[in-house]
Amino acid sequence: MSQTVPVRLYVNGDRHDIDIEPRRTLADALRDDCGLTGTHLGCEHGVCGACTILVDGKPVRACLMFAVQAEGTSIRTVEGLAPDDQQLHPVQRAFWEKHGLQCGFCTPGFLMLVAGQLEEKPETDEEEMRDVLSSNLCRCTGYQNILKASMAAAEEMSG
Amino acid sequence: MKPANFEYVRPASLEEALVELAKDPDESKVLAGGQSLVPMMNFRLARPERLIDINRIPLLEGVESVGDRVVIRARTRHLALQNLSMSTPLGSLLRTGAAHVGHLPIRTRGTFGGSIAHCDAASEWCLVAGLLDAEMTVRSQARGTRTIPASDFFWSIFTTAMEPDEILTEVSLPALDDSYRTGIAEFARRAGDFAIVAATGAVQVVDGVVRDARVCLGGVSEVPFRSAAAEQVLLGQEWSPRLLRDAAEAAADEVDPPSDSHGDGEYRRDLVRALLPRALAGAVR
Ligand SMILES: Cc1cc2nc3c(=O)[nH]c(=O)nc-3n(C[C@H](O)[C@H](O)[C@H](O)COP(=O)(O)OP(=O)(O)OC[C@H]3O[C@@H](n4cnc5c(N)ncnc54)[C@H](O)[C@@H]3O)c2cc1C
Ligand code: FES
Ligand code: FES
Repeated sequence: MSQTVPVRLYVNGDRHDIDIEPRRTLADALRDDCGLTGTHLGCEHGVCGACTILVDGKPVRACLMFAVQAEGTSIRTVEGLAPDDQQLHPVQRAFWEKHGLQCGFCTPGFLMLVAGQLEEKPETDEEEMRDVLSSNLCRCTGYQNILKASMAAAEEMSG
Repeated sequence: MKPANFEYVRPASLEEALVELAKDPDESKVLAGGQSLVPMMNFRLARPERLIDINRIPLLEGVESVGDRVVIRARTRHLALQNLSMSTPLGSLLRTGAAHVGHLPIRTRGTFGGSIAHCDAASEWCLVAGLLDAEMTVRSQARGTRTIPASDFFWSIFTTAMEPDEILTEVSLPALDDSYRTGIAEFARRAGDFAIVAATGAVQVVDGVVRDARVCLGGVSEVPFRSAAAEQVLLGQEWSPRLLRDAAEAAADEVDPPSDSHGDGEYRRDLVRALLPRALAGAVR
């Protein structure tokens, strides 16, 4: 057994005080220690994007950061995207309306990727959005509806 | 998979980081963006006993002009280089290079210095360093600072001239003036993947004649490959599309690329023929 260290994480505005080994990735800490299982794990080497979350507003791979490294940062996961229980985030609503998901495994990663991009740059055009979407993998949709949904969200968020 | 146990150290200054690293250099690793090291740890291809996290050390990030050089500090993220507002041929090369490195969530974390220290022969930043004869500044507690030119720095795949107790602090590049043009072209199976072959060029053309020519290729050897043959073909000649093809042909003859699951040697040679003219065409608009 190796030493655990106390780590304080701020996730979606909530404080989580957890005791973990330094080798615990941020993705695993969110899922197993904070109980936030919306962040998914596919490949654990940065390729699939299922684990994409926002750290200080920027999309990162939660499988490639250790939870200890996230101390003092502001973390957002898919659970924190909707403003409240009654409403969806514009990106969530667009994925719903444009059928941007099928099985849903990749969806939290895509939602955080696109939300991070559009909150930083709402006027993202289609060419740039294609490049952003190439970050993540989806085995179901064929990407066209993900692109449509993302552009619909862009229109709403820039308008 | 999950990484093996390690001790985590988060120094607040470079001096402290060097002291921590010196305690057990062979079993320690510097953690920068983690975009190469953490995948290797997740697969247990790397099992460092200690990680020295340099992410909270001040003054290790940013790009600065110093006389006729441009200095890139080691922890400068790929994304910062993609968004660089430097309207010179070097600025353009750095922006296009960054756009080829992985994807947005890789670029928010991954660092310029991490790529150079990691030394993947297809990495955009290793190519740029080879192309422009970059100078790497490294520091250790025991021996202080030393500067290593690119020609001595890249030894082999994942192996550089750095000692285990050294930290790369900055990389210095020549600030190419407006008589230079730069370009990069690469082929990968999917956008954002490491290139199978990548070609970069920096060419100075004065009154239609090539005065300085640099060509560096990735994916054809264990380290960034400066094609002396292509540079020889270009130098002193009148600029023309024909010249680009001749240079590419010379480079393709000169390289002896490896064969692996991504492509055999002949295929890589063909890619050199196809990509080098594109990189050089970008190089002279
Ligand atoms: C999905 C994916 C796609 C990618 N595609 C590309 C691509 O197309 N092109 C490309 O070039 N890269 C690509 N990368 C790799 C990425 O660019 C990494 O950021 C880079 O290779 C390493 O930088 P890092 O800061 O993440 O370093 P780390 O992963 O933190 O470290 C890498 C190595 O360098 C050492 N190191 C790091 N910084 C220093 C320093 N300052 N001093 C001494 N040693 C140091 C570490 O100890 C370690 O051995 C990709 C990565 C992923 C996950
Ligand atoms: S699980 Fe993190 S990128 Fe695939
Ligand atoms: S919806 Fe199934 S993987 Fe994307």
